[in-house]
Amino acid sequence: MTQLPTQTTKKLGLVIDLDTCVGCHACVISCKGWNTENYGAPLSDQDAYGADPSGTFLNRVHSYEVQPTQGDAQLVHFPKSCLHCEDAPCVTVCPTGASYKRVEDGIVLVNEIDCIGCGLCAWACPYGARELDAAEGVMKKCTLCVDRIYNENLPEIDRTPSCVRTCPSNARHFGDLGDPDSDVSKLVAERGGIDLMPEQGTKPVNKYLPPRPKDQLAQSDEQIDILAPFLDPVATEAKGFLSWLDKTLEKL
Amino acid sequence: MSHKQPALDLSPKVSDEIRKTTCYMCACRCGINVHMKKDPLGDLKVAYIEGNRDHPVNKGVLCAKGSAGIMQHNAPSRLRAPMKRVGERGSGEFEEISWDEAYDIAAGWLRPIRETNPEKLAFFTGRDQSQSFTSLWAQSFGTPNYAAHGGFCSVNMAAAGIYTMGGAFWEFGQPDWDHTKLFMLFGVAEDHDSNPIKMGIGKIKKRGARVIGVNPIRTGYNAVADDWVGITPGTDGLFILSMIHCLMQAGKMDLHYLAQYTDAAVLLNCDEKSPEFGLKLRDEDGKELVIDRTTGKPAPYDRKGVRPDLAATYRVAGITHRPVFHQMAEMYLDAQYAPEAVAERCGISAKRIRTLAAELARVAFDEAFELDHEWTDFRGEHHKTMTGRPVSFHAMRGISAHANGFQTCRALHTLQIILGTVEVPGGFRFKPPYPKPATAHPKPHCKVTPNAPLDGPHLGFVQGPDDLALKEDGTPARIDKAFTWENPMSAHGLMHMVISNAYAGDPYKIDTLFMYMANMSWNSSMNTSGVTQMLTDKDENGEYVIPRIIYSDAYSSEMVAYSDLILPDTTYLERHDCISLLDRPICEADAVADAIRWPVVEPDRNVKGFQSALCDLGARLGLPAFTNENGSQKYADYADYIINHQRRPGVGPLAGWRMGEHGPQGGRGDVNHSQLDNYIANGGFFVEHIPDGANYYKPWNADYQDWAVKMGLYDTPQPYLFSLYAEPMRKFQLAAEGHGERQPPDHLRARLREKMSPLPIWYETDQQGNEGFTITALTQRPMAMYHSWGSQNAWLRQLHGRNPMYIPTKLMREHGLQDGDWAQITSPHGAITVPVMEMAALNENTIWTWNAIGKRKGAWALDKDAPEATKGFLLNHLIHELLPPKGDGLRWANSDPITGQAAWFDLKVSIQKVAAPAGAESQPALPPLKSPVPQAPKNLTWKVGQ
Repeated sequence: MTQLPTQTTKKLGLVIDLDTCVGCHACVISCKGWNTENYGAPLSDQDAYGADPSGTFLNRVHSYEVQPTQGDAQLVHFPKSCLHCEDAPCVTVCPTGASYKRVEDGIVLVNEIDCIGCGLCAWACPYGARELDAAEGVMKKCTLCVDRIYNENLPEIDRTPSCVRTCPSNARHFGDLGDPDSDVSKLVAERGGIDLMPEQGTKPVNKYLPPRPKDQLAQSDEQIDILAPFLDPVATEAKGFLSWLDKTLEKL
Repeated sequence: MSHKQPALDLSPKVSDEIRKTTCYMCACRCGINVHMKKDPLGDLKVAYIEGNRDHPVNKGVLCAKGSAGIMQHNAPSRLRAPMKRVGERGSGEFEEISWDEAYDIAAGWLRPIRETNPEKLAFFTGRDQSQSFTSLWAQSFGTPNYAAHGGFCSVNMAAAGIYTMGGAFWEFGQPDWDHTKLFMLFGVAEDHDSNPIKMGIGKIKKRGARVIGVNPIRTGYNAVADDWVGITPGTDGLFILSMIHCLMQAGKMDLHYLAQYTDAAVLLNCDEKSPEFGLKLRDEDGKELVIDRTTGKPAPYDRKGVRPDLAATYRVAGITHRPVFHQMAEMYLDAQYAPEAVAERCGISAKRIRTLAAELARVAFDEAFELDHEWTDFRGEHHKTMTGRPVSFHAMRGISAHANGFQTCRALHTLQIILGTVEVPGGFRFKPPYPKPATAHPKPHCKVTPNAPLDGPHLGFVQGPDDLALKEDGTPARIDKAFTWENPMSAHGLMHMVISNAYAGDPYKIDTLFMYMANMSWNSSMNTSGVTQMLTDKDENGEYVIPRIIYSDAYSSEMVAYSDLILPDTTYLERHDCISLLDRPICEADAVADAIRWPVVEPDRNVKGFQSALCDLGARLGLPAFTNENGSQKYADYADYIINHQRRPGVGPLAGWRMGEHGPQGGRGDVNHSQLDNYIANGGFFVEHIPDGANYYKPWNADYQDWAVKMGLYDTPQPYLFSLYAEPMRKFQLAAEGHGERQPPDHLRARLREKMSPLPIWYETDQQGNEGFTITALTQRPMAMYHSWGSQNAWLRQLHGRNPMYIPTKLMREHGLQDGDWAQITSPHGAITVPVMEMAALNENTIWTWNAIGKRKGAWALDKDAPEATKGFLLNHLIHELLPPKGDGLRWANSDPITGQAAWFDLKVSIQKVAAPAGAESQPALPPLKSPVPQAPKNLTWKVGQ
C-alpha cells in the first residue's frame, strides 16, 4: 500500500461550472487527442468500428435529468474526471507505488512502468475516474495535463489542461485551489462551489459550481408581479392605439 | 510503500510543426492548429488538432468534432480511387478506374447534354462550402438545375431574414455578446452555429446576463437556459405574434427606430379597387414615400433631414395611403393574438406569455444604455451616441423547418425590430457582407441555350411574379420547381424534390444527376426507402428511370452504392478551399474575414478535391469559365482558381492580400500569386476590423457603407429600410387576385392570397390526412456529430452510438412503455419500430431522436453489427415529400408554400408498444450494402510520435 505525501505545496485542480456546461463533449475528445499522443501509453479503442466499441477516456460527460418538486424537469450535464483528492484512496490502495500524488502540486498520477494493471485503484476510487487501458494493461487517469501545464515548448497561455483550453462555453477553469487568492478559489467562493460526494472523505481538489436556479420567470410570483406593469395597456384596439401614437409622437 | 515520485519530463516536445487551416467537421468553419509529428519513418503525420486562438470564429476553443478530426482524416471509410459501377445500382459492385477514364465517362455523358439541352443535367451539391464555385460551374455548363442543400435545411430562416432586414442569423449576424443582457433563442438544435453560440452563452452568463430557450426539447443550450419554454412544435409564430400583441398594446416599441430605420412609416395604397392595392407609394425614382413630420408633406424616405411620420395618412388622386404601422396595429392588436387566445395551442400559459413579453420590454427599455460612438446616418444626421437595447435573439431550423416557417421567421424579425434591437449595441448585429437587402441580391435566372452558359446566377431573390423561373408556356424551368407559383420565394432551391421530380418526369425528365456531399439515399432525403426505390427503378426498356448518376464524396456513404460513377474527394486536411465572402462567410460583427483550407498533408490515395476535379472536367467540356481562349484548361486546380478568378474587377474568392498599388491589401485589389502563402503565413485566415463608429447601425451608417464599398462588399453605398412589410409578397397576392400579366394556376390562388401575407401571420400547417396522428416527432443532431459523418469516427461514435426514441413521461405511462421497450411509430406515410427511452425534460406531446446516428449496414466501413446499423434508425422513413392525398386529385408538397423549405418538423405520428423485432433490430432493416472499402481495423492504439 502506498503513502500519500503529508501535504502538497499547491493543490492544482479544475473548477467545473455546471451552469454553463452544455454537454458538448469537447473536453472529452480534446483530452483523448492530447493524451493519446502524450503522457504514457496511447488511449486505445477496442472494436473501434464494430458492435461494441469501447475505448479508454480520462474524462467523460454524463447527463442527468432532475425533476424539481415544482416546475419543469431539467437536464444537467456533468463532466467527470479524476478529482485529484487530498486523501486519494486510489493511491493508498496501490500495491506497487505506481499511483502517487505529487508533492509540489497535488496531481495524482500513475507511473505506468510500475503499474501491474491490478485494478485495485479503480475499485477504490468512489468516482469511477480511472480506466484500465485494454491494449496496454495499465491504469489510465487524468494527469491534469502535467505535460502541458509546465511545458516550456508551449506558449504560456497554453500551459493549461487541454480540456480547459478547448471548452467552448468556458465551463472549465484550472488553478491552485490551495491558494485562497487564486482566480479559481475566488470563483468557488463567489458561486458556492461544492465537493463531489464529500461524505466519502476523499477531500477532492476539483470543485463543481452548481447550476443557478432555473425557470424563475415562470415560477417566481415576485418576478411576475414586478414585470406585470411593463405591459399596462396604452390601448386595447387599433383606433385607441393610433390616437395614443399621435400623442406619443408629439412628445418625441 | 513510502511515497515515491519518478522524474517526469515536464516539457516534452509538443510537435514537429504546426499547420494552421480550417476545420470541416461541421459547417462552423473554425480555425485549427494541426500538430504534425514525424512517424518512425520520418514522415510528417497529423498527430493532434486544437483550436487556433487567433481565429475570428472560435478564438482557440474547439468542439468534440473538431478535436476528433484526426479520426475522420484517418477513417477506414475513405474512398481510395475513382470507381465505375459494374453491378446493378444499389448492389455496391464497383471497379476502381483511373481519373482519365472517370473524366472520359463523365464528359461522354455531359457533352451531348450540353450540346442539345443543358437542362438535362441536374447538379446539386449538399454540404458544399464552395457554392460560389460550384454554381459558377453549373452556370457555365448552362443548366438551370443547380442548388445546394439550403432547401431542406433552413432556407426559411435565411430568406425571411434577407427579405425582412437584409440578413438572418449565423453567417448573417450574431448577438452583441459583449453588451446583451437577455438572449432568447428559438428552435436551435445543438449544432448551429456550433462553437460561437457556446462561447457566447459562456460569455454572457459570466456577466450575469440571462438566457431564455424556446424549444420542445430541453437539451444542449436549452439545458443551460435560465428559463425554458417547452413550446408545442410549429406554434412559435403564434407565440411570437402574441408577444408582439402584448408589446404593441403596452406601447413598448422603439417608435423612433421604427420611424427612422424601417418601413413602418412608408405609405401603402389602401384602395381595395386599385391594381396597386397594398403596394408602397413611391416617387418617380422608385423611392418609398413617407410623410415628413416636419413639413406634413410626402417625401422620399432617405431625403436629408426627413422625419418619417408613423401616424399620418395621405390622400392623392382619390386614393388614401396609410403607413405600414397602421396595418400592423390593426393586425396585431386583434384579440386573436391575445395570450389567452393562443395559450392552449402554444402549450404556454397566458400568464407566462405575458411575463416573457414584459421581460423583453423591461430589458430593452429599462436597461437601455448609450455607447459613446459618434456616427452619421444616411440622411446626414449626426448622432453623438448610440442607443443600446440589450435584448438579442437567435433561431434556427426548429422554427424554420415547418410549412409556416417563413412567416414564423418573419414574425421573429418583426419582434426584434419593434423592440429596436437590430444593429444596435446589445442587440443582434450583422456580419459583413451583411446587411444586404433582398433587392441587392441577384434574381433567379433560368434561360437555357445549348452550348452556352445560363443567362445569370441560378438562385436569387424574386421581387414579384415577373421574376419566377417559368418557361414560356408557364411550366417550371427548374427540375426542383423552385421559383414557381407553388413556392415563389425558394431562394435556395429544393434539393429534396430533385430525385422525386426527376423520377416522375415532372416537370421533365433528366439524363444525368450529378451530386456532391449529399447523402440522398439516406439521411438527406425525406422518404428514404422511396428514394432508393426511385434511384434503382427501371423503365419499360430496362433503363434506369434516372439514367445516370455521378457522385462525389470522400467517404463510403450510403449514396455511393446508388451511383454510376464515383469521383472520390479528399479529406478536409488534404485539400484547398476558400471560405469566401462570395459564399457563406465567416465574418464577425466587428470584422470582415475569410479563410482557406490547404493540404496540410497530401492524399495517400488516388483522390482529388472535388473542386479540382470540376476544373479538369470543366476544361474537358470546354465550359467558358474553365477554358482559356486557346481552348486550354484555365485553372490547373482549385488553388489556381482561388488565386486567379475574379468575380468583378478587383474582387475575387479571397479578400485578403490582394495586390494594390503599394503591395498586398485587404478588400479590392488585383490577383496576387502569393495570396495562399500569405494566408498560410497568417494562420489560414484574413481579418480586417470595421472602424469604431461604423460598427453598429450598419444599414444606415454612412461610415459603414463607405467602408463596405472600399472593401468590395458593395459597389456603391446601399442604405435601406427594414421591410416589416414585404412588398414582393403583396405582389404575389395581387397576381392571385387577378392583377398582372403572369397569373397563377387557379388551384393555387386561394393559397397564395392567404399565405403570402406581406405582414407576418401564423397558420396551422396542413393537417389533412393526419387524423389519429397527434404526436409531433422531431430530430436534432448532437453537438458531437455532424450529419452522417460522425459514425465513421471511432472516437465520436463512442459518445453517440445509439439513438433511442425519446418519449416524454406522460406518453410513456399512457402507452405502458419502459426504457428498453420497443414501439412502433407510425405516420400517415409509414412505420418504424424502434427502441424507446423516457425523457422528462421534453414537451409532453413530442417525441424525438438524434438524426445523425442511424446507418445502413455496409456503409461508412462500420461492422454490420454496429449499433448504428442494428438499433439506429432514421425518422426519414416516416416523412414523405408530399402530403397525404386530400381527394382533390392533386398531391401537395410537404413544404413551405412560400419558399419550398422541406417541412420535416411538421411530422405527426402515433405510438404503439410492440414486442422487440426479430434480432432486436430497428425496422425497417434494409439489406446490407456491399462496402467499396476494405474492412476497418478491429482495435486502435493510435500514436504518431513515439
